[in-house]
Amino acid sequence: MERRDFLKMAGIGVGGLMLPMFHGRLIAAEALLDKLDPATSKRLADVALQAARAGGATYCDVRIGKYLRQFVITREDKVQNVVNTESTGIGIRVIAKGTWGFAATSTLDPDSVAAAVRRALSIAKANSRLQAAPVELAPVKGVGEVSWKTPIKRNAMEVPVKDKVALLLGVNAAALAAGASFVNSMLFAVNEQKYFASTDGSYIDQDIHRIWAPMSITAIDKQSGKFRSRGGLSSPRGMGYEYLEFKPADRVELPGGAVLYRDSYDMQADAVAAARQAQEKLSAPSVKPGKYDLVLDPSHLWLTIHESVGHPLELDRVLGYEANYAGTSFATLDKWKEHFQYGSDKVTIFADKTQPGSLGAVGYDDEGVKTGRWDLIKDGKLVNYQVIRDQAHILGLKESQGCCYADSWSSVQFQRMPNVSLQAGKDKLDPAGMIKDVEDGIYIIGDGSFSIDQQRYNAQFGGQLFYEIKDGKVTRPIEDVAYQIRTPEFWNACVAVCDQSDYRLGGSFFDGKGQPSQVSAVSHGSSTARFNGVNVINTARSLG
Amino acid sequence: MSIYSEEQARAILDKVIKASKADQCSATLAGGSSGNVRYALNSVSTSGHVDDVNLAVEVAFGKRVGTATINAFDDASIVAVVRRAEELAKLAPENPEFVPAIPKQAYRASDTFNARTAAITPEYRAQVAADCIEPCRKDKLVAAGFFSDSREFTALANSNGNFGYQKSSAMDFTCTVRTEDGRGSGWVARNLADVAKFDARDEIKTAIQKAKGSAEAKALEPGKYTVIMEPAATAGLISFMMFGFDARQADEGRSFLSKKGGGNKLGEKLFDERVNIHADPWHPDAAVLPWDQEGLARDKVAIIDKGKVAYLNYSRYWAQKQGKQASGRPGNLIMAGGDKSTADMVKGTRKGILVTRTWYIRMVDPQTVLLTGLTRDGTFYIENGKIKYPIKNFRFNESPAIMLNNVEEIGKPVRVGDDESPFVMLIPPMKIRDFTFTSLSDAV
Repeated sequence: MERRDFLKMAGIGVGGLMLPMFHGRLIAAEALLDKLDPATSKRLADVALQAARAGGATYCDVRIGKYLRQFVITREDKVQNVVNTESTGIGIRVIAKGTWGFAATSTLDPDSVAAAVRRALSIAKANSRLQAAPVELAPVKGVGEVSWKTPIKRNAMEVPVKDKVALLLGVNAAALAAGASFVNSMLFAVNEQKYFASTDGSYIDQDIHRIWAPMSITAIDKQSGKFRSRGGLSSPRGMGYEYLEFKPADRVELPGGAVLYRDSYDMQADAVAAARQAQEKLSAPSVKPGKYDLVLDPSHLWLTIHESVGHPLELDRVLGYEANYAGTSFATLDKWKEHFQYGSDKVTIFADKTQPGSLGAVGYDDEGVKTGRWDLIKDGKLVNYQVIRDQAHILGLKESQGCCYADSWSSVQFQRMPNVSLQAGKDKLDPAGMIKDVEDGIYIIGDGSFSIDQQRYNAQFGGQLFYEIKDGKVTRPIEDVAYQIRTPEFWNACVAVCDQSDYRLGGSFFDGKGQPSQVSAVSHGSSTARFNGVNVINTARSLG
Repeated sequence: MSIYSEEQARAILDKVIKASKADQCSATLAGGSSGNVRYALNSVSTSGHVDDVNLAVEVAFGKRVGTATINAFDDASIVAVVRRAEELAKLAPENPEFVPAIPKQAYRASDTFNARTAAITPEYRAQVAADCIEPCRKDKLVAAGFFSDSREFTALANSNGNFGYQKSSAMDFTCTVRTEDGRGSGWVARNLADVAKFDARDEIKTAIQKAKGSAEAKALEPGKYTVIMEPAATAGLISFMMFGFDARQADEGRSFLSKKGGGNKLGEKLFDERVNIHADPWHPDAAVLPWDQEGLARDKVAIIDKGKVAYLNYSRYWAQKQGKQASGRPGNLIMAGGDKSTADMVKGTRKGILVTRTWYIRMVDPQTVLLTGLTRDGTFYIENGKIKYPIKNFRFNESPAIMLNNVEEIGKPVRVGDDESPFVMLIPPMKIRDFTFTSLSDAV
């Protein structure tokens, strides 16, 4: 789900932009460059591991985390806020009497850590009375002392705030000069420094970076009272500041003239295009509802993949652990056993925690499992789920797939979605080649409104840009478009996927799950894909 | 226990204000503890407890503002956090929308702290889980739920002599019960100020009844229906609509409350005249702090009065620019109603649909506040005053601004919690005509 935090930022119109809620204290920008010292972390981790063993734990893992975040928030010619936050602490998870226990503390001294271990042990022992069956943990071989780092070229935390402010105010000025009525633009940078240790003999030091530069540009026709916004077409990425240092080779011009970006982003050019397109939206004709062949750009399709494939294949949902909140899943174990026809034979969807530049890329997950890639849907058939160590045995797997994540040292880690992506088509095909065969269709670019039921059957999606396709040509922009799907019918209506040269990543900074809710960041890649005969509704209403 | 007394809080905040060399200084000290228990598949899955207190200091030199926070309160730490805020302020660009610290406010205390709720223990939480799990296990049903509670204090002060202190407590309960074959699902939620009024053994009966009663769902054609919306089913739509009640957005032309040609729709009748929504920080069933996030004193205020837009929220900057008076942003939404319960309203309905809950509500078009979402965990067809049979869930595309014009009947308000809403709400069940369902969902 794209839940609360994303809602605050994007769902409520540009004036309602708010800061996402994160644990953390505010710090100065220079403190964003502070590093966790692995030697100190190892000493503390060993205190915890020894205390856990001595207290009767059969397993213990320790996560010492320093979470650094920076938000630069602007509108028009004003900097609304620059916020730097930092949160450091230790989370300790144990298995005692066959049951999980967890405790966390921000006080990083041996006594406090040992006290937290005792709390985790007592919770495990207390809850063991209510445990139906003991935790069964898939084995992990200890890897000793290793490290992993997001392969960034320029640490966004090292870029002076004034340069970031200059970038955003330049973007805003360009959009206003191009006719925008209002502009909100933001820059988010995240650095998760995580030190993991476990009784399996692993000591894993990881340095993870992410960046996102969203914006929203609004055009208003005062006379008619109509307003329309166009969001930026960038993606959040597992990259450094180099994502915002545009290289012309990363520019992609699509049929109909919209411009998208690969591994670097020209925010100012996108703002100028957005200003023009937001004004076009004010007078674009309203869609006639009915069945259309949809051509979905990767900047849009990522969210449909996320909601209709990523979430239903989380094994904890399938089993019922999220029944009270996020929901369960239509993709039940019996469907997996019979290789349910999830999509057409053009549809192969894979999970991958290693893809460079993706939000979910890490070397090891939050229970020390080395990450990898595996198919979820192969040639249209359901073949696998997303699992962590205490779920692997349910599928008869000998090892975890490395999908464990916690959004803070103080949150208990649980199963979270890896990057889930649609494999590019094998035959040579670009978007123009795809569109030339479409008689009556709609081309959708960028993500918009989204909603899906608690078992992931019925979904509705909007977008940023909608173009009519007539007789193989992109003819004109249209408005008020949303499409409604039933997940298996939708993926079985996939008749073509463009080749690897069109493959791009989209993603979410704020995927929400769990009670209390935790966020995670995840990417979804695809090439442009075509879906035949999808139900499109008209979303225009009159308030009289 | 991390609830500081008024004297302790005042002593810390006084030191902060005295330590500041800036033109002005504001500080908030807040904290407490929260606990929860989570269960699924008839077994406790996680339980947690968090203790935390934080001090946030905001200082200004001219129009340059800096903020810093800390969670240590010895003299040296207090001076350090003030100096850090001052350093940040000196480095910050001037904020052209700067407004000075608020003047001294007169806060009238509200009853936000309930000693019984504040005294909830881990054992009580475990018992709530057991009270839900046991009857479900016996009935071959599967329970998944979450119970959370908190006890907190908030204290604020500034260099204009303003000071406020108040304690608060809260509890929230939700539970989903499903049949073992996954064909039936029921839900119950309770959000109360006083935990003494809560009995999980009673509440779980509603979810059990709905789970069993929803197992043989029939499909109805999507379209416009008369619906009886339980309070939780409209709470999300109404609170979503409130984001449009921002004066600046409306004046800027980007809200459903913007007027053609400029200005806003304050004073215009946009809803059925029986629709009355107000905010009241002192309401005995839905008390909230008597100040908002900025420290402005809250007052009792009509938001929708006999169908007319009676209130728009003016930020202090926008109020100053527009020559208006800024007032405390509402913390609760109290919708007026009659005496009828949901069950009474079902009895008086010839044909209609009963909606227990709505889910995954998202904005489709802010111009008209068109929202989409789905029904969930108990949707039933009503005929001649009786629930005839369960029906499959629907997706809706509906604007609360239209829904609140299609009101047939308004029942007795109840307190509702909503994890995506910033408000404490008292919402009645409502009978609405022509509610727009656009597609069927197979989800149970």
